[in-house]
Amino acid sequence: MNLTELIIKSIIILVIFGVTLVIAMYSTWAERKVAGFMQDRLGPNRAGPFGLLQPLADAGKMFFKEDFIPSQANKWLFIIGPCLAILTALMSSAVIPFGDSIRYEGLTIPVQGVEINIGILYVFGVVSLGVYGIMVGGWASNNKFSLLGAIRAASQNISYEIAMGLAIIAILMMTGSLSLRSIVAGQESFLTWNVFTQPLGFIIFLTCAFAECNRTPFDLPECETELVGGYHTEYSSMKLGFYLFAEYINMFVSSAVISTLYFGGYHYPFMNTVHNALTGSLGEVTGHNLATLIGMLVLFAKIFFFIFFFMWVRWTLPRFRYDQLMNLGWKSLIPLSILNVVVTGFGLLYDIEYASWLIVIVMVVLAVMSSARAPKRVVQPQRS
Amino acid sequence: MNTTYLPSDYLPIFIQLVLALGFIVGSMIVSHNIGPKRHSEKKDDPFECGIPVKGDARTPISIKYFLIAILFVLFDVEVIFLYPWAVNFKGLGMEGFIEMILFMGLLLAGFYYILRKGVLKWE
Repeated sequence: MNLTELIIKSIIILVIFGVTLVIAMYSTWAERKVAGFMQDRLGPNRAGPFGLLQPLADAGKMFFKEDFIPSQANKWLFIIGPCLAILTALMSSAVIPFGDSIRYEGLTIPVQGVEINIGILYVFGVVSLGVYGIMVGGWASNNKFSLLGAIRAASQNISYEIAMGLAIIAILMMTGSLSLRSIVAGQESFLTWNVFTQPLGFIIFLTCAFAECNRTPFDLPECETELVGGYHTEYSSMKLGFYLFAEYINMFVSSAVISTLYFGGYHYPFMNTVHNALTGSLGEVTGHNLATLIGMLVLFAKIFFFIFFFMWVRWTLPRFRYDQLMNLGWKSLIPLSILNVVVTGFGLLYDIEYASWLIVIVMVVLAVMSSARAPKRVVQPQRS
Repeated sequence: MNTTYLPSDYLPIFIQLVLALGFIVGSMIVSHNIGPKRHSEKKDDPFECGIPVKGDARTPISIKYFLIAILFVLFDVEVIFLYPWAVNFKGLGMEGFIEMILFMGLLLAGFYYILRKGVLKWE
């Protein structure tokens, strides 16, 4: 790796890092705007036009709050907890391919922090370290509510990690590579996007992503009706800010991973036509870079849709009970994803690409039958 | 895509780590220093909805969580065994597929055992 390449790489990483932070910041604004829209309110609209300066105001407020450490807490662990949570969140975007490649002075540099052949394993490894941040912080607070929240978070995250790993195996079987770039390259035309070949895997992965991000309906670790604030009850100032920020960065990263794994990453229909037209009219270098830029914008559109989807679900589904959460993770998602792996394997051996639709069809039929058989609930007229 | 990697190829990850650590340590130091500091006996207690604190949080917790953690270790190791198989799936063909079905059958047998043992039963 020569110096020019390293400098360009560093710039790419710096830009990705900045973009991650800005998106996470504005996700807090978007979340409140979406919440306002869904509940027929206005949402933040005081700071700047449309309340666009609200995240800055919030960050300023966070900095100037008292940085409070309870007397019974383990001081260093109390500080390390939120730092670990946000560190793992920030590190996980390194291997995601955000675009095709940039051509500069005869060099072709992929728009990606680092291209390694174990990409998805890196994401998994870093994301699963995130549970330490929550666990350490909750335990160090020496507060019963925090401890309960942290333990819930830990057992929920590890339960859904298994189903998540199994859902990805079906994709790896089809692609034959762990590198995220090769997984994206395998989804070049629209109908080979993994969401069409792996519908069940996609649903399992999406559900697990919600659980890993501790988002509603899986937000039991910070369920305010039972646990005050969950694992961050005792936190204030920027330490609380780090926990909240880490949640939004995780949301961004998991949206990016979902788009990369299942929605073709930076691919879009008629991409080659656009690429050829641009290189034809603007020359090999400029045209290629412009085509890369369009691909990046498409990827970010997909990411923003998924971030919106996270918020949409938050105001649509109520929270699960703890036993329901565990039953869903262990008794439904794990057997289903193993079944998905087996069916995908059969499909690959006998060249049936869309084999896992079979499971989806069977499941839909079963669901329709069971709802048709269920006894009709009679509406009792209420006595006034 | 290249197949051999030198340590220098992982340099970007290191750059990102330095960036992230700089951001974290910087904002931690700033927020530690510019906020007010006022202490009192009541305020330094853990917050438990205003009720006087009884004991601390270093108490035993439900064994269920521990069992979940142990099960996670078992199942995650099984999942890790599946990764290299999945990457080489097309090369292994039918034979590898049957072997892996046997492996997953054993895995599911263990899974059925823990279900019947009631490990995952939450009251």
